[in-house]
Amino acid sequence: MQSTSHDFIARAQKGLVDEDLQDALGRFRTGFSVKRSEAVARLPEFEALRDKAVEIKNHTLEHLDFYLERFASKVEESGGVVHWCVTPEDARQTVLDICRAHDAKTVTKSKSMIGEEIALNPFLESNDIEPIETDLGEYIVQLAGEYPSHIIAPAVHKTKDQVADLFYERHKDQGGGKRLEEVDELVDQARAMLRHRFIDADVGITGANFLVAETGTTAIVTNEGNGDLTQILPRVHIVLATLEKAVPTLDDMSTILRVLARSATGQEFSTYTTLSTGPKRPGDLDGPEAFHVILLDNGRSRMLGSEFREVLRCIKCGACMNHCPVYGSIGGHAYGWVYPGPVGAVLTPNLVGLEEAHHLPNASTFCGRCEDVCPMRIPLPGLMRRWREQEFDAGLQAPRYRLGLALWAWLVRHPTSYRLSSAVLIRALRLLGARRGRIARLPFARGWTMGRDMPAPEGGSFHAKWRRRSRA
Amino acid sequence: MSGNTTENEANGSGNGRERVLGALRSSLGREELPAAVRAELTARLSSPKSNLIPARGDGSPADQVALFTEMAEAVQASVVRVPDDADVPNAVTLYLAQNNLPSDMVMAPDAELNRYPWATRPMLNMRRGHAVDTDQVSVTGADMAFAETGTLMLTSDATRPSTLNFLPENHIVVLRAEQITGAYEEGWRRLRANGEDGAFMPRTVNLITGPSRTGDIEQRLQLGAHGPRRLHIIIVEQ
Repeated sequence: MQSTSHDFIARAQKGLVDEDLQDALGRFRTGFSVKRSEAVARLPEFEALRDKAVEIKNHTLEHLDFYLERFASKVEESGGVVHWCVTPEDARQTVLDICRAHDAKTVTKSKSMIGEEIALNPFLESNDIEPIETDLGEYIVQLAGEYPSHIIAPAVHKTKDQVADLFYERHKDQGGGKRLEEVDELVDQARAMLRHRFIDADVGITGANFLVAETGTTAIVTNEGNGDLTQILPRVHIVLATLEKAVPTLDDMSTILRVLARSATGQEFSTYTTLSTGPKRPGDLDGPEAFHVILLDNGRSRMLGSEFREVLRCIKCGACMNHCPVYGSIGGHAYGWVYPGPVGAVLTPNLVGLEEAHHLPNASTFCGRCEDVCPMRIPLPGLMRRWREQEFDAGLQAPRYRLGLALWAWLVRHPTSYRLSSAVLIRALRLLGARRGRIARLPFARGWTMGRDMPAPEGGSFHAKWRRRSRA
Repeated sequence: MSGNTTENEANGSGNGRERVLGALRSSLGREELPAAVRAELTARLSSPKSNLIPARGDGSPADQVALFTEMAEAVQASVVRVPDDADVPNAVTLYLAQNNLPSDMVMAPDAELNRYPWATRPMLNMRRGHAVDTDQVSVTGADMAFAETGTLMLTSDATRPSTLNFLPENHIVVLRAEQITGAYEEGWRRLRANGEDGAFMPRTVNLITGPSRTGDIEQRLQLGAHGPRRLHIIIVEQ
């Protein structure tokens, strides 16, 4: 996917004044986070399970070459094929080769962020193969010509009325009829529209939440059942996965599953956890005749050896963005690439480069909620801080920002000047706010005072108070 | 190390496997793991240990049936308990009547389901096989069920096609009380008994927790997104 992350600031500003988006985000801000905290409260072992999940993933990453080789050999023993791909181009070409070998015209897809990462849909379209997204949220954004704004709720930025307009417009040539008003009608219409697409598809593509080394099994976690219809109806099942999805055993997977759905949607368990091992067996009445796993690196091996290794523990639950005040204010599209929110702020510069994505690690108040709720205990604010340091070293910020920082750095290293200038500033602010006790507009911080007042200072600086207190 | 496997030639990037493994090892600051470590990790895989299992699934078989029922109902499955095999066809008939469903059904050719006296209900019109688009009601058994989250485990084979679990709008599962256990790990233990060294997995293992759902429009829960709208579980107590 083409990144627009460099345009973050303008996109964020646009998001803030988009009424439909703000309407949708208003619902979003309390939805998942409340459900998560309720689910966590119901499971006394939750924190201990997080620790164990972290330990499993750290162990796996430390021995990732071993576990991936074992996974691949087990897939092959069960009759599947593993394709090791270094770049998105490799992965796309491999998918296309498989589709062509099976003479495929249509491909059903269940939700895969890797599919977004490698921009599979436009590539297939340009090669005369029709990709059909089947997750409801993905279907909505595909119809709208957009891309997901959230990793587990792709259409969370849309209101029901927007979906109703979209369905009316895009379904009317297919016998869609009148504009529908209710959520259940819209869901039913999508179900009806996609039904024959599932049945007619030549190839089904899913992602993977886990690659189990013990058995050569790929696992997906879904709620709709589209991932299952995608893989059991067509002749070919292709799994897209990046390297860090490996886990050693089914037991290890179970531990991570116990924190995954609870962290993501606040469900005790997702509706469908589906384990797939090879193609259909002799005598089976359904299931795919061919099973392919695309194992994509795309920067993961490099990240493994970098200071960002810990982000490879990510299980893509979305909890960090569900709890992020910045994401909750601007929505996912502002971030400009596949992964929004705090994890996106760490991942995106790794995957599209710091120069393109250097704004993202700054899109955080460092309130720390993302790290608090991350089931894999990824130190997201700490990792964003590392990107900020690299951004500074690379001189990527605006000159005004760098000047401000340099001024501040000089001041805090010169106590006398600091005290003097803060005393002047306090006096000036007190004058500004003398009449009402608060300041409605600051000359150099209009953006900040646009949405709030600043209280006028009372008394002196902290330094001055401390001195008086020590003397007393 | 095996260098030239056929699958690498398919991906157009030369030897993808060696390039990826080489990059991983270079990032990990080492060569391929020494034999002793490989043996240790292989042992971890061939005799897998359970990790922490939540205590909620512990308890007597009766507790587990009760917890399973509570958890499954909490995710909008319907659950009935019948005393023995003879009551199963009645329970199916009753369910179809209550939901205004036709008596045409597709049932897994699973021999386990032959123990129920279907002939006592001649009005039930059953086809045995995999599901097709027009099927409205399917009947299957299950391998096991986990009380922890009200989850069913269904595996595929020649007599248990997976389409039955997803294509029809109504999925009826006949479960025996003794198949209900506490946690998922018991399911893996049972599967492992079917083969050695990781070669025991059926093509598809479905862990199913309630009927299909989506919250993709304004986070409003809607059942029956693409899979079954209704999941009905008949527990045979015996």
